[in-house]
Amino acid sequence: MHRLLRYIRGYEKETVIAPLFKMLEACFELLVPIVMATIIDEGIRNADVPMIWRQCGLLVLLAVVGMVCSLTAQYFAAKSALGFGTALRRDLFAHIDTLSYTELDNIGTPTLVTRMTSDINQVQNGLNMTLRLLLRCPFIVIGAIVMAFTISPRLTLWFLLITAVISLIIYLIMRATVPMYHKSQSTLDRVTLLTRENYVGARVVRAFARQQDEMADFAATNDRLRDFQLAAGRISALMNPLTYLVVNLGVIAVLWYGGREVDTGTLTQGEITALINYLSQILLNLLRVADLVIVATRAIASALRVTEVLNTPCTMPDPAAPELAGVADSDAVSLDGVSFTYNGAGAPSLENITLHAAPGETIGIIGGTGSGKTTLIDLIPRFYDATTGQVSLFGHDVRVYSFAQLRRLVGIVPQKAVLFTGTIRDNMRWAKPDATDEEIWTALEIAQAADFVREKPGGLDAPVETAGRNFSGGQRQRLTIARALVPMPRILILDDSASALDYATDAALRSAIKEKTRGMTVFIVSQRAASVQRADKILVLDDGSAAGLGTHAGLLKSCDVYREICLSQLSKEEVSRTL
Amino acid sequence: MSKKKKLRKADAATIRRVMDLIRPYRLSVAATLVLAAVTVISTLYAPVLTGRGVDLIVGPGNVDFTSLLTLGAQLVATILITVVAQWLMNLVNNRITFQVVRDIRVKAFEHMQVLPLSYMDAHRPGDAISRITTDVEQFSDGLLMGFTQLFTGVLTILGTLGIMLVIEWRIALIVVLLTPLSIFVARFIAEHTYSMFKVQSETRAEMTSLVEELVGNEHLVRAFGYESRAEERFEKINLDLQRCGVRAVFYSSISNPATRFVNSLVYAAVGVIGAFLAIGGSITVGGLYAFLNYANQYTKPFNDISSVMTELQNALACAQRVFDLIDEDPIRPDAPDAKVLPHGAGQVEFDHVKFRYVPDVPLIEDMCLKAEPGQRIALVGPTGCGKTTLVNLLMRFYEINGGSLRVDGEPIDQVTRDSLRANFGMVLQETWLKAGTIAENIAYGKPDATREEIIAAAKQARAHSFICRMPNGYDTVITEDGGNISQGQKQLLCIARVMLRRPPILILDEATSSIDTRTEILVQSAFEELMKGRTSFIVAHRLSTIKNADCILVMKAGNIIERGTHEELLAKGGFYAQLYQSQFAKS
Repeated sequence: MHRLLRYIRGYEKETVIAPLFKMLEACFELLVPIVMATIIDEGIRNADVPMIWRQCGLLVLLAVVGMVCSLTAQYFAAKSALGFGTALRRDLFAHIDTLSYTELDNIGTPTLVTRMTSDINQVQNGLNMTLRLLLRCPFIVIGAIVMAFTISPRLTLWFLLITAVISLIIYLIMRATVPMYHKSQSTLDRVTLLTRENYVGARVVRAFARQQDEMADFAATNDRLRDFQLAAGRISALMNPLTYLVVNLGVIAVLWYGGREVDTGTLTQGEITALINYLSQILLNLLRVADLVIVATRAIASALRVTEVLNTPCTMPDPAAPELAGVADSDAVSLDGVSFTYNGAGAPSLENITLHAAPGETIGIIGGTGSGKTTLIDLIPRFYDATTGQVSLFGHDVRVYSFAQLRRLVGIVPQKAVLFTGTIRDNMRWAKPDATDEEIWTALEIAQAADFVREKPGGLDAPVETAGRNFSGGQRQRLTIARALVPMPRILILDDSASALDYATDAALRSAIKEKTRGMTVFIVSQRAASVQRADKILVLDDGSAAGLGTHAGLLKSCDVYREICLSQLSKEEVSRTL
Repeated sequence: MSKKKKLRKADAATIRRVMDLIRPYRLSVAATLVLAAVTVISTLYAPVLTGRGVDLIVGPGNVDFTSLLTLGAQLVATILITVVAQWLMNLVNNRITFQVVRDIRVKAFEHMQVLPLSYMDAHRPGDAISRITTDVEQFSDGLLMGFTQLFTGVLTILGTLGIMLVIEWRIALIVVLLTPLSIFVARFIAEHTYSMFKVQSETRAEMTSLVEELVGNEHLVRAFGYESRAEERFEKINLDLQRCGVRAVFYSSISNPATRFVNSLVYAAVGVIGAFLAIGGSITVGGLYAFLNYANQYTKPFNDISSVMTELQNALACAQRVFDLIDEDPIRPDAPDAKVLPHGAGQVEFDHVKFRYVPDVPLIEDMCLKAEPGQRIALVGPTGCGKTTLVNLLMRFYEINGGSLRVDGEPIDQVTRDSLRANFGMVLQETWLKAGTIAENIAYGKPDATREEIIAAAKQARAHSFICRMPNGYDTVITEDGGNISQGQKQLLCIARVMLRRPPILILDEATSSIDTRTEILVQSAFEELMKGRTSFIVAHRLSTIKNADCILVMKAGNIIERGTHEELLAKGGFYAQLYQSQFAKS
């Protein structure tokens, strides 16, 4: 938590000034009942008109000064909170950019988005509120008690008692209701779940004619929600009446015991009114504190979530090495006895894999879901470091390359075809910011995407909506392939990147890559035998181990797993036709 | 102007409908109003009594303890009335609010069950979800809470005014004249900060979508070395947000001090004039106390009312959104004389069927097809060729526009939907499972199935062994998106679900990918088991499936362009032959 304090840097002045002025304003506010008491006790009793005018002037002055203080405080609070939020956001964003895949997997990108946006907003609001109100309210409560003490030390005991009782009531009610609200929140989550489920699954619900049951289930869940809400409401409905009761009993006590003191001459009538005023100020501010506590708890929870990310160290710093030249006659990619275990996983995902790919070779990797295909290719651009064994590119260990050079050497087309908001050109320039249109078109041609891009109004300037919504799955896939091809990397990895393409397009794509990217080492990961069968070498993965390595024809003879895969997709005669 | 009028008319209609919803609770509403009135009156009366109490304590030797005692008793009674009335009012309010929320939600949900799928396909689920959850909540909070606050507010203003006039009309006049000033100031500030807020929320939305895109795809950012460009883009918006944020936050926070300032001026004015009048004897010190008290609190109901007004507007908008959903045309109900279609032989006939999603975009213009009982029909074609359209028509998720679609000789629009669908078993690639146990999911089509039946179905669907390996076997709970089981396993469960129902006709959707080899083999053999003796329509990706089909329909852009057996189509040398050959293309 205290780590976050440093983001106030540059705004220390504002952060101190804001609450300071808030307190000043509170002081002036606390003086008002005293001034009024003087008007009653001296002005009215002695019919002292000039005195009343003077006091009136004082009231106006207090109001003006109070407002100026308050505005100053608000301004500095806003500046400090926003400055803090901006710095925190900048740093968190930059920090996320240093996290390696291991950390990203552990935390998960969806929660990173929440932390970047709503959590930081909560913290920022929390700070703003704290500077403005959270310090002011307790200060007024204490101040009111102090003022009461200066008027009548004996009656102040009542003040302390009342403050304690009200605080206790607020505390007990909050303690009782907070878990109840959690319970109704989770029931509300279930209401949302049922709604989504029935909307998305409308076809299935109707296919099985379960509408009536779903409605009954939904109604029952809502009944439960209502009951939870009523139960919580029954307790929190006590908050205002009870605190009102206590304060007004306090007023009666002040009238009665104060009356005695007035009778003996130790107090005046005006002072009694001032005391009653202080009582209502105490109530008002305690209730506000209760509201603020909720805001503050939320802000603190958010702050903790943000710090958690900031405290996640990057386990893979950029070696920032100078550009390395490839070793002559070395393999483009070589994996030697590589094993890999995901952080926190019980069993290794890859075990003792050895694979060598010469420049210009095409390597197919095939295997079922969870067999380790993606894990394997993620080691090549060093998204993860091998747990044991060595991964080398062009004769150098991947760990000695600078990230920048690695990214230039290896082009990757991930499984999920994600495009970014902007134009097609913006997307094509992801891997190479200064790519020319010519380079982009060449890549689009190879990726079999040139035709539909040309048909789009605006061509390369055609807009891409969020996540590439305005393109079909197959089009998105081809665009992501083109994106990786633009800088003409020496190693290209296609991670199941043709799953949404029909066989004909898939075949055309493969032959285009083969013809137009001479010297490029290509890795094709797939579950389709047809996609990998023409590769120079095929690695068959089964549960993290190499079940076979060789050509299509060789593997059909020697590798059971490979044969099983092929036969599950093609008939015997067809398999023999592929040979 | 006319537009504004129209809007108001729409609002009036919405309000009427809201009234209809509240009607069952009119007694409670009446009770709330009475309780609110009692609360307001007793709350306003307390300062008067306190003021009288102050008047009884004049100075040394001049304190009337006997009267003070009676007054104390009166004050206690008033306070107790306030406390009880306020508490009861809160309780009744809660009851109405939560009950109305429940009613509308259930109503909207029930309507969702009869919405045509064309509506559901065209609208994103998030939209309906937010209407049924958030909007309903905002509506009830805003409208019902707002309503009582409005009522209490108006009552407080009138009550305060009345009491002040009774005590001393001259001071009352000052309060009445000056107080609106603070409301005016508040409104002035609100109006002028609105634009800044708009800029701020726009910038914030822009930032959120950037963060969602970049951080949400952080793996890609790292993979492409996009970090510095990402930070550059982010920093630009970040600074923009800071700039407009400081302004929006500061200007909006002016309104509190400003209204407080006006209030203080009113307070000072009341104090001075009250003091002069007190000297003249036309008001007591206690009366002055009560006045000052009112002057302090008088602006509150005004501020409340103005914020309630915006809240009410918002609530009405939310209500409108909920009503819009409820008002969507439901599906045409089953004809009153619709027959129940029994489980039959499973003959399906398309007789010159015509269908379009969009009236002026031709799709299926004249389709004829007869699937005899037990036949396998394979649907083949590139992604997005419209294979799901056939599913939509067969299951009557969409209505055909012309021709006739018959199952076992019965036109499908002349039988009940439920009985028609009971004749079909559907296993789609996009599997849908409920958040619930595995057993519940398998028994989804037959809720009264015994555990033995469920296990038997799972065994036939080749799902039994993986289910047994789950931590709680058949009672393992599947999470919302089925995250704890694999895609292939989900499909096995869907097959088991159909297996339990034993429908005569099947619609199957083969997975293109993402199933591991072993499960894939299981799924296939489960499919085989399922298809025994049943008419089946298979959206096929696997050549072995296609080749075994009795009839292959090759689809492209919504139309059947070729049909026949594998051999026939290869001989024809058309689109299918080309598709098939591409598998073996030598590169």
